[in-house]
Amino acid sequence: MSKVITRKKPVKNRLRRTMMFMNAQKPGLIKDAFIYGTDSIILDLEDAVAENQKDAARFSLYHALKSVDYGDTEVIVRINGLDTPHWEEDIRVVVAGGADGIRIAKCESADDVHRVEEKVLEAEKEFGVEEGRTLLMAALESPKGILNAYEICTASDRMFGVAISGGDFRKSMHVQIQRGGIEMLTARGQMLLAARAAGVQCFDTMFPNIDDMEGFKAEVIQNHQMGFDGKSIVNPRQIEFVHKTFAPTPKEIAYAEKLVRGCQAQADAGIGVYTVDGKMVDIPFFEDAKRIIALAKACGVYHGDL
Amino acid sequence: MIIEKSAIAGTLESSDVQVVVEPGTGIELSIESSVINQYGRQIKAAILETLDRLEVKDAKVTVVDKGALDCTIKARVECAVYRSCGKSAAGLPWGAAIR
Amino acid sequence: MINAVGRNIPDYLLVNGREVYQGKGYRDGQKVTKASQTTVKHEKPEADKLAATIREACEKCGARDGMTFSFHTELRDGDYVASMVAKVLVEEMGLKDLHVAATSLGTAQNIFADYMEKGIIVEAQTSGVRGRIGEVISAGKMDKPVTIRSHGGRPRAVEAGEVHIDIAFLAAASSDCCGNARGNGGKNNFGSMGFAMHDAHFADHTVIITDTLVPFPNVPCSISAIDVDAVVVVDAIGNPAKISTKEARITDNPRELMMAKNVANVIAALPYFVDGFSFQTGVGGPSLAVNRFLEEYMIEKGITMSFALGGTTSAVCALQDKGLVQKICDTQDFDTGAAAHLQANPTKHIEMDLSQYASAGNKGAFVNKLDYVVLSALEIDTKFNVNVITGSDGVLRGAPGGHPDAAAGAKCCIIVTPLTRGRMATVCKDVVTVTTPGDCVDVLVTDFGTAVNPARQDIIDCLDAAGIKHVPIEKLQEKAYDMVGEPDALEWEDKVVAVVEARDGTILDVVRQVKPFHF
Repeated sequence: MSKVITRKKPVKNRLRRTMMFMNAQKPGLIKDAFIYGTDSIILDLEDAVAENQKDAARFSLYHALKSVDYGDTEVIVRINGLDTPHWEEDIRVVVAGGADGIRIAKCESADDVHRVEEKVLEAEKEFGVEEGRTLLMAALESPKGILNAYEICTASDRMFGVAISGGDFRKSMHVQIQRGGIEMLTARGQMLLAARAAGVQCFDTMFPNIDDMEGFKAEVIQNHQMGFDGKSIVNPRQIEFVHKTFAPTPKEIAYAEKLVRGCQAQADAGIGVYTVDGKMVDIPFFEDAKRIIALAKACGVYHGDL
Repeated sequence: MIIEKSAIAGTLESSDVQVVVEPGTGIELSIESSVINQYGRQIKAAILETLDRLEVKDAKVTVVDKGALDCTIKARVECAVYRSCGKSAAGLPWGAAIR
Repeated sequence: MINAVGRNIPDYLLVNGREVYQGKGYRDGQKVTKASQTTVKHEKPEADKLAATIREACEKCGARDGMTFSFHTELRDGDYVASMVAKVLVEEMGLKDLHVAATSLGTAQNIFADYMEKGIIVEAQTSGVRGRIGEVISAGKMDKPVTIRSHGGRPRAVEAGEVHIDIAFLAAASSDCCGNARGNGGKNNFGSMGFAMHDAHFADHTVIITDTLVPFPNVPCSISAIDVDAVVVVDAIGNPAKISTKEARITDNPRELMMAKNVANVIAALPYFVDGFSFQTGVGGPSLAVNRFLEEYMIEKGITMSFALGGTTSAVCALQDKGLVQKICDTQDFDTGAAAHLQANPTKHIEMDLSQYASAGNKGAFVNKLDYVVLSALEIDTKFNVNVITGSDGVLRGAPGGHPDAAAGAKCCIIVTPLTRGRMATVCKDVVTVTTPGDCVDVLVTDFGTAVNPARQDIIDCLDAAGIKHVPIEKLQEKAYDMVGEPDALEWEDKVVAVVEARDGTILDVVRQVKPFHF
């Protein structure tokens, strides 16, 4: 019980198919939230915590971070908005507790990221944490945030990704949630373009109705087709389908394996232009094939020797 | 720390613990727990250690435990103590007195 | 004397041929002389056996001090009958030195706790103890230890004459004037009378208590008038809201669903999962949810279940209605849907008494034909011993029911439980009380991983072949202690308050009086 957990140094580019929200104020939830196999846990100090319990949640969070062994599950903390009196103390406790990263709520500009970054660095110095260790991600919840997605994604070396947050976004757009997602199509697309251009990951919003599994599945499939890296989730029951959907298919893996082996052999033989099955292969195809193999390994569906 | 006014932290939900601190003389501790037979002594030790770390010498502390882990017990005692001094919102000594 | 599960059984209990537990199957093949009851001939035709009051029925059966009375608990927390009868015996008739033989004891019988404290009920045998009765017994208020017997152990003890029932007071949903009685067809239907049927055969006297008198003959019946001395009609036999829910709902708790899925994975990975396999599960969250995942596997593999055994829920009935279960052998109904299903499907959904279900003392118990049983636990230790009777404070608050019987009979017994409950380590070094011995338990599924009893290398090989991860049970126990801290040992007085009898009649463990906690 008394042993203190020190987490491994966070990795910017890792598998984040599912990021599960958990109320940081609920001891029964956070003590073992990793058992369901979600890639990342987001301990929430923001919406889930009542205004008069913000202080209590930080104590709870600090000791959870120091005593619960989350293992390889990434631990991100969602801090309160920059327009609240809470976010600076939130950053102090997150850094002192050694969480892997911070999710900036309601992020609208590069300047927001810079403000957080500055306080994170201050806290890293205060608590003797390696400078630059604490990663950042931004939640885009407004049209302004979406329009500034690229500057947000490139605002800091600590940034590993952006996520759209549907609840607030839909309100500011005067739209309701729709089957097929037409109401957020543009925003999702714009954010994806920005994230890919900046070389960071991109995550879709959570699906609020956990009993509507069909609606959830349709949205996850669309997320995958659009090119998202993962999705925020609110219930462990949602994990399995996301992981299944985001895992490469056996066909994709077989082709990627063939590409990688072929290109590798030709590179080793000093051949500059790659061909597989008599067709020329461009470099991005080779890179993408390597990504698919890496993803398949991380998803536990690749058992080959590459 | 000096307990200036009474303060409460935590809930009566399963796996949580509710801690009330009030001004008092010496440490006056009462513990009620759903796991008292197997963990009563460990719970008491965790509370006293935490109070000691926070240098609380005088307090009446009432604890109703619903099977909380030590990390939760510490968090709730600390929160109640800092609340009682009006210092729970910012500038906390993470990793120092709170650890 | 130390028994086969390492428990120290006081020598003074080892009298009249009573032995300590020696291991599974120890008494197989032994000869037994069955006890039989002394009953009364009703040679002359009679109009009916109706008694105006419970007291009149008691007097007709010669109720007196020192007798053993039996009750069944098919109405669970909604039962009015046991308390009603006890009140008459104690408060109207002033009887004392009473012995109680119940299939269980719970909050519906809280009045028994008073009579135990006052020394009016002096002995009890039951498969479970919950509520205030457990607190009274654990506080050492009774002079003689209570005997805890499994559902199979009870009929075995009755047939062996170790328990002699003087009068069985059996609640029935409907009865005719002569005592042909059923658990359906009345105002408060509870379904199967499996807990009651055996008592009627072996008690000297049987009194049927019902709230719905129906025309003669109420057949086919669960209890036959040939065993019945008197019929009493009361306003209500129970509180329908507490007898059963409409439908035992499958959990939506993600932790329980995850465990249930993992149980189904284990089941599907073993060689017994073929057409005609048999299965029993409990009504607890993860156990019940196994039905859902099993259905997917059965459809995928194109197989059906030959029989589902034991306590029955709508979930199992639904599987039968989909053509996935040939027979349901039903000892009790956990919801009204299951009770109605029993009534509506007399050839496929069969009522079964506790002897046929689970006794180790007969020649054909159904548990012995089980492929799988999925059961819960309050605690399980690194020797795979299970406790379902005492809480972490040492107080009696549980019920083995058919747990030890099904575990002993089934080819694969799977225990499913979260690693911790609140701060209680469910997987521990030593259970407080052994109620199902580890030699009957094969697999443990928790939310932190699965463990296989090392005695079952065949199962280990199957799981490995299927790619199902498992760890030594010690790893799970260490993880649990790592999370919640190592529990302090409970403190006991010397006095034995309950004897846990193994299903074969040997002594598995004893429960002692709890010492109040002091810092």
